[in-house]
Amino acid sequence: MGQQHDVYFVPAKSYWPIVAAVVMFIFMFGAGHWLNAEPGETGFGKSVFVVGVVGVLAMFFGWFRSVIRESLAGDYNQQVDTSFRMGMMWFIFSEVMFFGAFFGALFYIRMFSVPWLGGEGHGVLTHQFLWSDYTAAWGANGGNGPAKIGGAFETVPAWGLPLLNTLILLTSSVTVTIAHHALRAGHRGRILLFLGLTVLLGATFLYFQAHEYIEAYHELNLTLGSGVYGSTFFMLTGFHGLHVTLGTIMLAVIWLRVLKGHFSKDHHFGFEAVAWYWHFVDVVWLGLFMFVYIL
Amino acid sequence: MSYAATHDQHDDHHGAPKSFFQRWCMSTNHKDIGTLYLIFALTMFFIGGSFAMVIRAELFKPGLQLVQPYFFNELTTLHGLVMIFGAIMPAFVGLGNWMIPLMVGAPDMALPRMNNLSFWILPFAFILMLSTLFLPGGAPAGGWTMYPPLSLQGGSLAYVVFAIHLMGISSIMGAINIIATILNMRAPGMDLLKMPVFVWSWLITAFLLIAVMPVLAGAVTMLLTDKYFGTSFFNPGGGGDPVLYQHIFWFFGHPEVYIMILPAFGIISEIVPTFARKPIFGYKAMVFALACIAFLSFIVWAHHMFAVGMPLGADLFFMYATMLIAVPTGVKVFNWVATMWGGSMTFETPMLFAIAFIILFTIGGFSGLMLALVPADFQYQDTFFVVAHFHYVLVTGALFAIIAAAYYWLPKWTGNMYNEFWAKVHFWNSVIWVNVLFFPQHFLGLAGMPRRIPDYNVAFANFNMVSSIGGFLFGASQLIFIGVLIHCAFFSKKKAADRVWEGAKGLEWTVPSPAPHHTFSVPPVIHDEELAHGNVHA
Repeated sequence: MGQQHDVYFVPAKSYWPIVAAVVMFIFMFGAGHWLNAEPGETGFGKSVFVVGVVGVLAMFFGWFRSVIRESLAGDYNQQVDTSFRMGMMWFIFSEVMFFGAFFGALFYIRMFSVPWLGGEGHGVLTHQFLWSDYTAAWGANGGNGPAKIGGAFETVPAWGLPLLNTLILLTSSVTVTIAHHALRAGHRGRILLFLGLTVLLGATFLYFQAHEYIEAYHELNLTLGSGVYGSTFFMLTGFHGLHVTLGTIMLAVIWLRVLKGHFSKDHHFGFEAVAWYWHFVDVVWLGLFMFVYIL
Repeated sequence: MSYAATHDQHDDHHGAPKSFFQRWCMSTNHKDIGTLYLIFALTMFFIGGSFAMVIRAELFKPGLQLVQPYFFNELTTLHGLVMIFGAIMPAFVGLGNWMIPLMVGAPDMALPRMNNLSFWILPFAFILMLSTLFLPGGAPAGGWTMYPPLSLQGGSLAYVVFAIHLMGISSIMGAINIIATILNMRAPGMDLLKMPVFVWSWLITAFLLIAVMPVLAGAVTMLLTDKYFGTSFFNPGGGGDPVLYQHIFWFFGHPEVYIMILPAFGIISEIVPTFARKPIFGYKAMVFALACIAFLSFIVWAHHMFAVGMPLGADLFFMYATMLIAVPTGVKVFNWVATMWGGSMTFETPMLFAIAFIILFTIGGFSGLMLALVPADFQYQDTFFVVAHFHYVLVTGALFAIIAAAYYWLPKWTGNMYNEFWAKVHFWNSVIWVNVLFFPQHFLGLAGMPRRIPDYNVAFANFNMVSSIGGFLFGASQLIFIGVLIHCAFFSKKKAADRVWEGAKGLEWTVPSPAPHHTFSVPPVIHDEELAHGNVHA
């Protein structure tokens, strides 16, 4: 490859990694203890968990602050920039695979497990012996399985809020790209405007998503416990929503950093990383809209 | 923190920092972090090994003698999880950390702080997992694969799921770091097809890790929500299917098998040319074989599930795809043999372990082929034959390669030669007792002894006793290893040369022994004849 560099860059020692490991442990230990508590028992898990969450947030804040300072001091050369880019790309790839597991589960359930429970397939006896009156179907008519776990429910229609949310996210992808072009052209006002719009669109999406969840729980009786339909619906849209939340926070941080003048025309990896992440979240949503809401 | 104007931010140009906490807990040094990984892996190897000793002691005679069945199940489960995620994988990451920057002429890993985080997550993850042994609900006891519904019935599932999440985060960050190092930090002139095979094997392994660890995270998250939040992924009553878990798990699990063997292939490909004093035979074929195995690993997962009741077409597809893996693996075995052919060989300990690897791993590969046959697998499924198979590929395969690598590079790490006599005592004891331990398990399995049970029919008594004796002695032999390591690191008087082995090639042998705290702060000049596999363009 042969980069143009005379001396390599190796960062100085830092206490953030060990702090990160400790707070992640507190977070996970608290969560585990909380979940594992006997019913009705009030363990210390919840408080430990809260301490862990606060610790993780503080760690991110501190670690990123020190990285931003080093970046502003001009410590990072072209090679470091490339390492960061590769890191972000492969991180997004790992996220794709994470969502892949849940999409795979959805496809398997719809293509195999539900039809088999309905009597399709060769030599599948579950239907015959346990639930011979179950007719395989997705959605409200059987998506919660032969035992009708969670009771009767209705599904969220695709062409209402979900369509609006699709348009919102697609628009936000455009605005973030306009902001990127503005950054490269050096128009600070335009960056702030369009990046700000992107943050607002992300927040609007989340508002609508929350609205949809409340409606699903209270009016449609569609819950996380509504059989596999509820499981796949809430786990897929929930993890996506979590990623939108993260993305929106990241965009907001980038907006503040633009305001502080952290980025230059050709040195703005932080901006680009967040933009990549936002596009990734957008693409996942298109998959969700297709396979969770429409089909 | 200082913000010097130079591009090198090291405030410790003259060696390692003095403060213990600073050196080991705040490190950005690939050698120190590699050492931490290796010590951690060795510790976990003995913890997991002690579980195995109890298992073998219980199986020494038919009937229940030492432990309760539930505790026995906890031990088999934890033995698997500890050995896979605590011993084998961190050992390979440690070797990669130490050697990859030295082999490609980089000053350090591409993202040194993340490297430190990747390591420090691990001890905490294992505290979380092993603490379940002492908790009211007990440790997980449904096997390391955690199949539902069994795994959902035990206590402490949440701890194990979160521990696996932590290990996954650690592995993914470690893998990202290795890929970025290999693709971005090579010295000028170190072309991709000039890299040592070990580096290639890690590049491909890192890709596998990033691709499948998130899938495992997804699978165990579904277990978590099924148990604690009322979802129905694996509950047929709600439209789910327990077999779905097996599909997702093994989509992770099969590439995971290659994650644990590809770096071993890389190590053997370094050691055999050195002691045969010949360049590796078929360098490019070796690299392409690695890539082929990695690709195939994604389309064979359901061969772990032949007996679960899949459609016949699926059984057949996965059977044929699995047997296809024998082709690139055969390429590798034949090329190692061809590398030795006509070489002027010497048999120092790393070479002995490497040769034992080639023979014994091939036995494990052949029993794998037997298991790949659907009709035969219906008989072998969940018997000790499977146990024998994967211990041949993981103990005499992955573990022997790790030990070979430790002996091979130990003089470079410590600056001292280890004691060759005691190392050979370690080798011969290991290689004899490991076969006494695992070979009879083939017969037990073929005769129908199921795995994961504390008690068995008296018909299996003799072979189990032989296996247990082999197990105890194999375990005891590893104490010799500890002795050799401690002697080499702290007491050995015999200094190692820079080029420790006469036939050794590659950049790692151009730096002093012990390797200084910082190496290649300035990119080295690459001479093709220095590289391990000779001129591939010739």
